[in-house]
Amino acid sequence: MNPELGQIALILALLLSGLQCVLPIVGAWRGSKPLMATAPMLAVGQGVFVALAFGILMWSFWINDFSVAYVAQNSNLDLPWFYKLSAVWGAHEGSLLLWMLILNLWTVALVAVLGNRLPQAFFARVVGVLGFVAFGFLLYMITTSNPFLRLFPVPANGADLNPVLQDPGLVFHPPTLYMGYVGFSVAFAFAIAALLGGELKSTWVRWARPWTNVAWGFLTLGIVAGSAWAYYELGWGGWWFWDPVENASFMPWLIGAALIHAQAITDKRDGLRAWTLLLSIFGFAFSLLGTFLVRSGLLTSVHAFAFAPSRGIFILVYLAVVIGGSLLLYALRAPKVTGGKSFALASRETLMVIGNLMLTVACAMVLLGTLYPLVGEALNIGRISVGPPYFGPLFMILMTPLVLALPFGPLSHWGKADLKVWTRALVRIVALAVAAGIIGFVLGARTFLELLGITASVWVMAGVAMFALKRWREAPRGKRYPFEMLGMMLAHFGIGVFIAGAILTRSMSVEQDVSMKPGSNVQVGSYDFHFNGVTDTPGPNYHAQQGTVIVSRNGRQVVVLHPQKRTYAGGQVQTEAAIQAGVFRDLYVSLGDPIGDDAWSLRVYDKPFVRWIWGGGVLMMLGGFAVVLDRRFRLKKVREPEAAGTQPDTGAPRKLAEGQT
Amino acid sequence: MNEVARKPIGRFVPLVVFALMVAFFVVGLVWNQSHDARFVPSPLINKPAPDFRLPRLDRPTDFVTRADLLGKPYLLNVFASWCFACGDEHPVLMAYRDKFGIPLIGYDYKDTPHDAQAWLQRHGDPYHEVITDQSGDTAINFGVYGAPETYLIDAQGIIRYKHIGPLTPDVIAKELEPKIRALEQGT
Repeated sequence: MNPELGQIALILALLLSGLQCVLPIVGAWRGSKPLMATAPMLAVGQGVFVALAFGILMWSFWINDFSVAYVAQNSNLDLPWFYKLSAVWGAHEGSLLLWMLILNLWTVALVAVLGNRLPQAFFARVVGVLGFVAFGFLLYMITTSNPFLRLFPVPANGADLNPVLQDPGLVFHPPTLYMGYVGFSVAFAFAIAALLGGELKSTWVRWARPWTNVAWGFLTLGIVAGSAWAYYELGWGGWWFWDPVENASFMPWLIGAALIHAQAITDKRDGLRAWTLLLSIFGFAFSLLGTFLVRSGLLTSVHAFAFAPSRGIFILVYLAVVIGGSLLLYALRAPKVTGGKSFALASRETLMVIGNLMLTVACAMVLLGTLYPLVGEALNIGRISVGPPYFGPLFMILMTPLVLALPFGPLSHWGKADLKVWTRALVRIVALAVAAGIIGFVLGARTFLELLGITASVWVMAGVAMFALKRWREAPRGKRYPFEMLGMMLAHFGIGVFIAGAILTRSMSVEQDVSMKPGSNVQVGSYDFHFNGVTDTPGPNYHAQQGTVIVSRNGRQVVVLHPQKRTYAGGQVQTEAAIQAGVFRDLYVSLGDPIGDDAWSLRVYDKPFVRWIWGGGVLMMLGGFAVVLDRRFRLKKVREPEAAGTQPDTGAPRKLAEGQT
Repeated sequence: MNEVARKPIGRFVPLVVFALMVAFFVVGLVWNQSHDARFVPSPLINKPAPDFRLPRLDRPTDFVTRADLLGKPYLLNVFASWCFACGDEHPVLMAYRDKFGIPLIGYDYKDTPHDAQAWLQRHGDPYHEVITDQSGDTAINFGVYGAPETYLIDAQGIIRYKHIGPLTPDVIAKELEPKIRALEQGT
């Protein structure tokens, strides 16, 4: 298929997205039903053309069409077929196209699920805002980052995909991450639509909630995948480095977590309306920042401006228009849309507001640290980094109040103070955490950090368990754990699991850098690592030197590990750590350099509980997804679109459960 | 927060803050391109380097003091294993370490010795000697903003030049080397 067709498809999508932005919003403004009715058609039409462009680019990779410059730069005849396909999003241009495809997936899903369930004017505005977002991205792609540019003369072979990206983790990491990033555009579109339409009721927040939760769930998965990938691919055994790219995904995650809770308050208690609006705007703003800055290279250096000034300026203008425009709209329209109830000091709302503040302040802290080198460079005082010494302690300090308050949120009441509930819960949770600490001590935990990890983790988990018990006792059978509540419990429990993983891995890991000759042994923790030398092993598009390490414990063989050092055609060298993964510990060996005399340098780790870090993340993700299934969010189909606003689905049995939550 | 939003001024706060951030950034970029402000006055230039006593990376029981290094000029390069810009600077240091003509001393900033050693092992060690400042307390006296930074200190222990951010071949040729040569002629 001809790559120029992809180009044409992109231009047609651009035109349709322009119409999708203008027609439905004008229709909603003028009250014109025919204009509003164009929203679903234009959205689907734009989706079809973007999908076509994506398919054509993928096809160009599949057939090794090196006349396409992007394919020539990121693929190779010897590249395995699955990496050929994932190479589509291996660099800047293609990952923008993936972003667009995912934006259209969300929009089309919105049309399919809510198209005839929301008031027509509101829905038209939502689709219009998404059209505006799409228009900006398509314009950016076509003018500065076109993936379909041709190359002449056509090279016989491509330059190959960056070896760092040739990994199963990287096949899935960008799409899931983008599902999260782009998903926040839905919450954003709902907020902007509410501001545009001057929605007096906050019913729209309930419509937006499931979408926000799904987006956040995907973002969590994307971050987990990225962290796990860094763990085994970078060969350092670390799982989080506070590097700018990680921070770019972590900032919308923090805002997203705050937004989920703010939305819940607005939905159920009609409070914090203004805050929910602002977080919806900022969540998406950080997603944009993440996408643009990471992929354009601006985050590492403002010199990227010098190399591609049009890209840099477009990004700045686009961000300024989207964020500045939204905030202007907020300033003008907020008095109409905001308002709502206030609440007592010791209520559940207060605790959720504390959590919200901590999450947003943490996000601001990460933003400051991430942009520090960039700001320094912009002001010409030099590009300097602040690394883990800045992020680590500050993040711990900010998260401490959040973790301390976390168990009490679900246990306390909406709207009213009940100190008795708190003190009773406090006594039990402290007792359980202390008991866990003592058990940990008996089992051999000695350092402060180890005991802290155990007690903090049990602190959070005990809160979840107590809440589960309370529901079991108080709520009628069958209504004990509605999905919304189940999601909350899963996610909070996940935080407990994560804390245990993060702190225990840090305090209990044993790691050694050793130089070993074939036949020599090294003892790490309670394990014995026997090095059997290195052999040459060919791979599909690389050549590997593969070590053999036999791990045994108390004389019994546990596993044979094969760490590799791969040299790709382009001369790039990539380490592949060999890992024996387990629930309670990972054994990790990565191959360093030959030192001469057949000796090699190796890094050998015993990393207890490292899987719990990602296990906790997966639980949080499941929590986000579970919420969507709640009956609360099921909307009835409406023939008369205007009627939908008056019937949010709250059946009688559901009301009972709400009163108790 | 709802109360804030209802007041006419309060609801403009997010917009104004955002506008200020954008203005700051744009002004910074424009200024950066029009203005050759390589020269940053540092209060410590031409002043004695602060007193310090820091352990060596390879032998933590051995300490290096300011007095130990008096007698000949040296370069002090602030780096850390967690610092990304230091990764960019590193190949330049590897290429230039023998061309400076004076010792290049590594100043490992807010880092664990284990990470620093692994980093140097992985990428190569350009330094003649490495001292470690795990707490970053001494770095405050030097006026370190972050990593990387490079100080040129003369035989009398006076700071003669400071560069913030990664050294590049351009910076070395145009600024650092003339300063080093000037020192050599002076002594």
